[in-house]
Amino acid sequence: MLGLGIVNGLIVTMKNFFRKPFTISYPEQRVLQHPRFRGEEFTWYEERCTACASCAKFCPLGIIRIVTHPSGETPTEGDSYAIDAFDIDIGRCMFCGLCVEACPYDALFMGSGFEEAKPSRRNLVITVDHLRAADKRPSTWFRPQLEAQGYDPHKGTEVTWRDAGREHFLYHVPQRPEQESSTATEEGKP
Amino acid sequence: MPIRSEPVTVNVGPQHPSTHGVLRLRVTFDGEVILDMEPVFGYLHRGSEKLGEERTYTQVITLTDRLDYVASMTNNQAYVLAAEKLAGIQAPERGMYLRVIAAELQRVASHLVATGFLLNDLGAFATPLMYCFRERERILDLFEMLCGARITLSYMRVGGVFQDAPEDFWPALRKFMADMPHYLDEYEQLLTDNEILVTRTKGVSILNADHALNASVTGPVLRASGLPWDLRKIDPYEIYNRVQFDVPVGKAGDNYDRFKIRIDEMRQSLRIIEQCIDQIGPGPVRAIVPSLIRPPIGDAYGRIEGPKGELGFYLVSDGSIAPYRFKIRSPSLINLTVLRDILIGWKLADMIVTLGSIDINMGEVDR
Ligand code: SF4
Ligand code: SF4
Repeated sequence: MLGLGIVNGLIVTMKNFFRKPFTISYPEQRVLQHPRFRGEEFTWYEERCTACASCAKFCPLGIIRIVTHPSGETPTEGDSYAIDAFDIDIGRCMFCGLCVEACPYDALFMGSGFEEAKPSRRNLVITVDHLRAADKRPSTWFRPQLEAQGYDPHKGTEVTWRDAGREHFLYHVPQRPEQESSTATEEGKP
Repeated sequence: MPIRSEPVTVNVGPQHPSTHGVLRLRVTFDGEVILDMEPVFGYLHRGSEKLGEERTYTQVITLTDRLDYVASMTNNQAYVLAAEKLAGIQAPERGMYLRVIAAELQRVASHLVATGFLLNDLGAFATPLMYCFRERERILDLFEMLCGARITLSYMRVGGVFQDAPEDFWPALRKFMADMPHYLDEYEQLLTDNEILVTRTKGVSILNADHALNASVTGPVLRASGLPWDLRKIDPYEIYNRVQFDVPVGKAGDNYDRFKIRIDEMRQSLRIIEQCIDQIGPGPVRAIVPSLIRPPIGDAYGRIEGPKGELGFYLVSDGSIAPYRFKIRSPSLINLTVLRDILIGWKLADMIVTLGSIDINMGEVDR
């Protein structure tokens, strides 16, 4: 019958009319992101970082710039490197997280925020000082050790480098008992 | 006295470089009737195929996200299948199930976008689109749980998925699975018998099966013409041979069938996900793969049934860490080629609807 389809459609519209709104008004109300949310403001633990630059090599866009010099701290035991620059140009970053996946020492984590507005593009470069000073609220993305603790960056407190734990390749491949970490063997090479 | 009219050529479509989905249609009209038309594309060309040749096999995954940006998951899947074929890697079972669940969710999301925008183009301004987006939003929330992103997912890796689903993913997925059929019923109640929709789309822009076959059209557009060609059935990849589902086909190949078939396919996708949830067992989700993959010299073509049609990746390896040649067979581009033939003789208003019913994505057309 002509018109019946439209009446049927209107019933649906009426049903939806009395439903609770699905949208929220953003700046006042917020949805909590999932702990795995890959956000800006990388969390970087200097204590863990060996300046191996695996993250820089693995970034598809090549936007991580690392400058180092031999620190001269423990020359007898094998010198470690001191970091002069660790810039991440998040103006071009696509938050794919491959740098985090590449880090063999669990020093780099994705951040958890998403509100980054800057007046100029230059300000979008995260420098080493930014990274040092930033809130340590790492995303649990690719870091199952944080997930195992039930850590939520949007609710919990900050995580120090000791609490963050080391990710083990076994978390991803539970059936290999020996630590066959391909991440470490391939990318750990200088 | 008869009114004398002469053909006019009009450029239709947004062409500003900052808009997304830039497609220009050069149409010759006689009054309102289309005499000739030619899709002009290339405005969104980013050289993805060339860029892929200088990135490692893992890094290319991030490029595939940006092809069809409303269906990143299936792009990931097609690419990793091609790369796995090339490198001779077998993904573990749980990884394959997770990939299928994610890909079917993505198919639902993509069809929701297609349906919503088709109706939006039809003049049902925003209401059905918003209903569709409401459900799509929940799928994106599920994706955020899985991989921390909503659009540019990069969830899959060569040899599996990057990480197992978190604990709270499964209850959320079940809840979604329980709700979604009601929403689909609602869409059908709202739309399928709606007289305006039926008059506007039934019998409009008919693509017959022969023509579709000759033009290499795939996906819902081909199935709407009556050919049950679905790679998930015909060339089962991953675990599709373990799940039961039907391939919905249309009869006439008109705009209405192309709209209806997407709703039917969503139901089938939900069926597949349900079976996957039942069948998925514990185990690893990712094979042990070096992070710099060096596949043996050779080539491989991996294809899947994407939401828009057969999505294929052709990779040639020269033994190095990056593909020597990276070619994308994108369904949108090939489906777009029939647009001219099915539009001639129809009116301007039908053009927009037909374009919507073919469901192209410019990110994939131009690459
Ligand atoms: S998230 Fe991706 S694009 Fe951004 S710095 Fe890391 S690897 Fe590069
Ligand atoms: S990969 Fe990790 S350890 Fe190496 S430089 Fe980057 S953050 Fe530091």
